[in-house]
Amino acid sequence: MQETIIEAGRSERYYWRDLWKFKELLYILAKRDVTVRYKQTFVGVAWAVVRPVMTVLAFVFAFHKVAKIEDKSNIDFGLIVFSGVIFWNFFASSFQQVSNSITGNANLVSKVYFPRLLMPLSAAAVPLLDFFVGFAILLPFLLFKGVIPNWHLVLVPLFLLLGYLAALSLGVIFAALNVQFRDFQQLVPLIVQYGFFVCPVAYSVATIQGLSWFKYYYWINPLAGIIEGFRWSILPDYPYFDWSSFIPSLIFIVITTIIAVYFFRKKENSFVDYI
Amino acid sequence: MTVIEAQNISKRYIIDHKKGNTKDTFRELVTDSIKNIFSGKKNEDEIAHEDFWALKDVSFKIDQGDRVGVIGSNGAGKSTLLKVLSRITEPTHGSVKISGRVASLLEVGTGFHPELSGRENIFLNGAILGMKRDEIKRHFDAIVDFAGVEKFLDTPVKRYSSGMYVRLGFAISAHLEPEIMIVDEVLAVGDAEFQRKCLGKMKDASVSGRTILFVSHNLTAVQGLCNKSMFMQKGQLIEMGETSQVLATYLSHVQKTELEAVYTSPEEAPGNDKIRLKSIRIIPNYVDSQRHLDIRTSFKVKIEFWNMLDEANLNISLHLNSLTGECIFNIGTESKAFKKGIITAECDIPNNFLNDGSYSISFMVVKDTALPLFNFEEALIFEIEDYREGMAWYGKWPGYIRPKIDFPITQLEFNNFS
Repeated sequence: MQETIIEAGRSERYYWRDLWKFKELLYILAKRDVTVRYKQTFVGVAWAVVRPVMTVLAFVFAFHKVAKIEDKSNIDFGLIVFSGVIFWNFFASSFQQVSNSITGNANLVSKVYFPRLLMPLSAAAVPLLDFFVGFAILLPFLLFKGVIPNWHLVLVPLFLLLGYLAALSLGVIFAALNVQFRDFQQLVPLIVQYGFFVCPVAYSVATIQGLSWFKYYYWINPLAGIIEGFRWSILPDYPYFDWSSFIPSLIFIVITTIIAVYFFRKKENSFVDYI
Repeated sequence: MTVIEAQNISKRYIIDHKKGNTKDTFRELVTDSIKNIFSGKKNEDEIAHEDFWALKDVSFKIDQGDRVGVIGSNGAGKSTLLKVLSRITEPTHGSVKISGRVASLLEVGTGFHPELSGRENIFLNGAILGMKRDEIKRHFDAIVDFAGVEKFLDTPVKRYSSGMYVRLGFAISAHLEPEIMIVDEVLAVGDAEFQRKCLGKMKDASVSGRTILFVSHNLTAVQGLCNKSMFMQKGQLIEMGETSQVLATYLSHVQKTELEAVYTSPEEAPGNDKIRLKSIRIIPNYVDSQRHLDIRTSFKVKIEFWNMLDEANLNISLHLNSLTGECIFNIGTESKAFKKGIITAECDIPNNFLNDGSYSISFMVVKDTALPLFNFEEALIFEIEDYREGMAWYGKWPGYIRPKIDFPITQLEFNNFS
């Protein structure tokens, strides 16, 4: 028979084992979010197609036609924006969903026990689904523009994983803070909006090459390397990818993950008292 | 076999008093910290930390198959105890050893998603409560049958009636088959038929060797279901043992006839910054020199309270409850506009109305006929004594009310049935 011992600080030791035991719930929570996502909508999952396409059209117009940003490579500007936007959408909405995952499940937090980390972990299901839909439209679009992806394509999951880890670790910190201070709920959309312009989403890094602090750019913005890497993996001729840009990204992910796990674990037992 | 063994568990909450408010926004925390950096003094001077022990040194053992009722007035620590046992919150000190799977029904329908259908919610809720997928599948038909929602399985639960919602929630929990089941006030909802079904299901569960912890204000239900009980007061375990024994102790603790509760200043009176109780009295019209409040005695209930709100529409809603927690009646005053000051209300309770027994009066002050400002629970507890004339039977008169209703009986015809 299962033995449980409850005492102050005890759950620490069995936390990861518990998390594994509840893996089925992770799947069910993720499935819940996906099922609910397009309920009571007329066109359903088609929204996952419409949103990125409309965003891309608007940005090609704004950046390319109005702001006259030219890319020095021969790659179609639409492809640069499209690849940036679907990846950024994945990162941004994962980050947002994860940040709101605890407060959004307040009724569960105050009524039943399970490792709280399940809630942020399951929160990226919907953004992931949206990403796959976006990716599925991007591929025929690539072929239409005459770009044929090469072996780099197998590295897409790697960049996706890095993006997920970055969004998750940052989001987990925000999720824990959000329980006590709802200020972070206001802050997150602002960060996302800001990040869109700071990261090379609607332009490639090469566009800002002329700036004096350009060589530190990857260190200032650890996400930039991941986004450029993702572009490189689907656009075989993409010239602006640099493996060394991985160093800041990896350092950033490792540090935020450590902080996130430590902070979340420290705070999670008091969630119920503040939520 | 002992399935739950709790040793000296305590749970502390820290309440910050700081000029009447706490730091709820990040801004306050930041600005205060910055202020303190510049003024060079620490926060602690301004904040009075008050420790509140929701549980204090509670130790007990529960054997397999026991049905344990947890009783005590509001704020006794019952819910905190259940939260600790179901691991929602950690104890500050002490430890609990539990053998077996625990499922808590702190609220039925926990985690239902309104957009999902009944079918999807059965799987979601089951998983949240710790059931494996094949386990849910195995019980699926029984759950649907118990809840009586066959026709609406594919309807989103947001379109369910509240009764259906609760029934489905309970049905899932009832089929959990955990070794230990923790139940908190689920019977407060649902109709009588459903309540009977629930109690029956809980009894079945215990027959099959499961252990049940049951929190309720409804002493009748505790008496009917539980073989053992725990009586808690102010975070401490006062007594644990056979239900009848513990109920007797509980009743003797709460049963103190007070015909008035009077507070001389608003500072010490119960209430909040809007409303404070000044006094509540029972003024009997004794029928003889004995000065007994018995079934022949009519009495007045008179309430006075301080109103700290300017220009508010207020009314009082008064509940007369039996000591087992059932409401016998609820009456309300009309809602009128009041200014700051003392407000009083009184009502007459007729004679030959309440049966003998113990009763409590709770009342709340309501603003704009909808917003309760404060609920004064068990503001007074009193006892009505029995009185009988010309009767050779002295058993307990059943029922909560004992009206004197004309009930003529006459012989209609004479017949010698030869």
